[in-house]
Amino acid sequence: MAADIAIAGPVPARRVSRRPRPTPLEYGRKRWLQGVVALNLIFLYFPIVSLIAFSFNDSKRNVTWQGFTLKYYDQAFHNSGLQEAFLRSIGIALTSTVLSTAIGALLGLAIYRYRFPLKGPFEGLIYLPIVIPEICMAMAMRSYFGAMNIPLGFLTIAISHIAFSFPFVAVVVRSRMSGFDESLEEASRDLGASPWQTFFYVTLPYMTPGIIAGALLAFTLSLDDYVITQFTSGPGSTTFPVKIYSMVRQSVTPEVNAASTVLIVLTLTVTIVAMWVQSRSGNKSIAS
Amino acid sequence: MKNGNTIISIRNISKRFGASVVAVDNAHFDIAEGEFFALLGPSGCGKTTLLRMLAGFENPTEGEIVIDGQVMEGVDPDKRPVNMVFQSYAVFPHMSVERNVGYGLRVTGVPADETKRRVQEALELVKMERFAGRMPSQLSGGQRQRVALARALVKRPKVLLLDEPLSALDAKLREAMQLELVRLQQSVGITFVIVTHDQDEALSMANRIAVMESGKVRQIAPPADLYEFPNCKFVADFIGKMNLFEGKVAGVSGDQIVLEAKGIGRITVPYSGSAQGNVGIAVRPEKMRLDHGQPPSDRVSLRGRVTELAYYGDESNVFLENETGVTVNVNVPNEARTTNSAFAIGDELWLSWNPADTLVLTE
Repeated sequence: MAADIAIAGPVPARRVSRRPRPTPLEYGRKRWLQGVVALNLIFLYFPIVSLIAFSFNDSKRNVTWQGFTLKYYDQAFHNSGLQEAFLRSIGIALTSTVLSTAIGALLGLAIYRYRFPLKGPFEGLIYLPIVIPEICMAMAMRSYFGAMNIPLGFLTIAISHIAFSFPFVAVVVRSRMSGFDESLEEASRDLGASPWQTFFYVTLPYMTPGIIAGALLAFTLSLDDYVITQFTSGPGSTTFPVKIYSMVRQSVTPEVNAASTVLIVLTLTVTIVAMWVQSRSGNKSIAS
Repeated sequence: MKNGNTIISIRNISKRFGASVVAVDNAHFDIAEGEFFALLGPSGCGKTTLLRMLAGFENPTEGEIVIDGQVMEGVDPDKRPVNMVFQSYAVFPHMSVERNVGYGLRVTGVPADETKRRVQEALELVKMERFAGRMPSQLSGGQRQRVALARALVKRPKVLLLDEPLSALDAKLREAMQLELVRLQQSVGITFVIVTHDQDEALSMANRIAVMESGKVRQIAPPADLYEFPNCKFVADFIGKMNLFEGKVAGVSGDQIVLEAKGIGRITVPYSGSAQGNVGIAVRPEKMRLDHGQPPSDRVSLRGRVTELAYYGDESNVFLENETGVTVNVNVPNEARTTNSAFAIGDELWLSWNPADTLVLTE
């Protein structure tokens, strides 16, 4: 009965409209924002898409579409210089990633955990390689290796890459740790675990997403570095980006596109695998 | 108390942070085996620091802690016969309930089959056996706390330390958990030391309570003693509600003391101490009575006007002010089912109490 009475009362006229105006938080439905997104997509992704598309183009020039072919992939795979440079790049990237991740993760943890005299200036110094111009870093590295009489090659490239990568890892790990509940470590000690057990079973699993993100960053930073590598590589130690640039200087051929596409697919795969591992480890215990 | 053996000896413990901060100031007391002991005080009084010193996370600046006959100096947290339930629960987020509870056994090398059995027992103890496979993110606050409890109890500690264990729970759940913690303590027979700022929690659960204020232990007593016979103004005021009046000792006659209460007048109450000069005169609000007519002459009485009324359902708080401006708070139980208040703001009433309910506080 009560419901009937309520309905019998004056009903406010409902506004008839197929698409009501977007509410203040519905950014996805605002015209000008859609435009900004479209521009971003065009300028960021169109070049990449065209790069990949023209790697399948059956033409010597990257201008018009002539038909589908895989012959430039075949060519790229049989270009021994390119292949050698690619493998060297992977080797340097792996070396640099492992070492800079280890150093950076420990550094990030140390900055999070400890208070010591001159901590502020120390932190500033660590982040220096992130802010100083790459060309200066490259020059510094080159003259340092020269002064120390270290022959330029794989070793000097790897050392330089570690030097500019580990601060990035430290920053990522440090920011991951800011959400850490320190009583977790205390609980672990309280339950009978040694400091090492506590680190491996409690602290490290918490750091892991940060470490993975930092390692990915270090890997890609190393893989595509041109400036510093150019300055610290010697004869016979050309890396993939340096090699591609030297090929492009002669002419932009679809072979370069093919090689670049392989690199894109590779980094994408690594990223996706890392993200998948990360999401799985979130639900599963790592401690034995 | 199961028996009177001392399990924890806190001997002249002080803790200073830097030059100026004294977190704990010369604490000295024993905790008996099987006791449910509460450290009670406002935030910043040093109760958590004291607990953390028992657990081994802080080292005392001075003094000595003895647990189960063993001096704790230089003994790391993982080697102490105590376990702790943290305020944040500190349940490991990347481990299932089962693995959380078994953690303390796994890291110390307890065989897998024994670990499994003891984890099962501990989960049954806290009624969490159905949640063994869950991750902490799938649990409510109360369930996480049970996991933290089971994880500590599975180690079979001599003493269980609890740091504000109920502060993150809502009121209803907190009350239920209070009862359950007491039941749990009685069934496992382990000494519990709980830190709390909630006096109801301490009063309802503990066998004995130490009240702390700015680093100092003010009084250690069973709940009823603490409530009815506080030894200083701080404890009287901190535990429950209290009417505190300023006064002076006007004379002593046998086992009676004559007090000059400021704004109230001369009152004579039974007293056996040696108070002199300025004293605090304290009376609990529920020990007072309100009447429309004049109370009998054997009661301490004063006349005043109702200035404020606060309704709590089970009882009402009446604030009465006399002509000299002294405000008194009286608790009136709402005994009959009626929505008409017995008193209204502006009523002129008599307030009285039994002289024996008067506390004379010298500190």
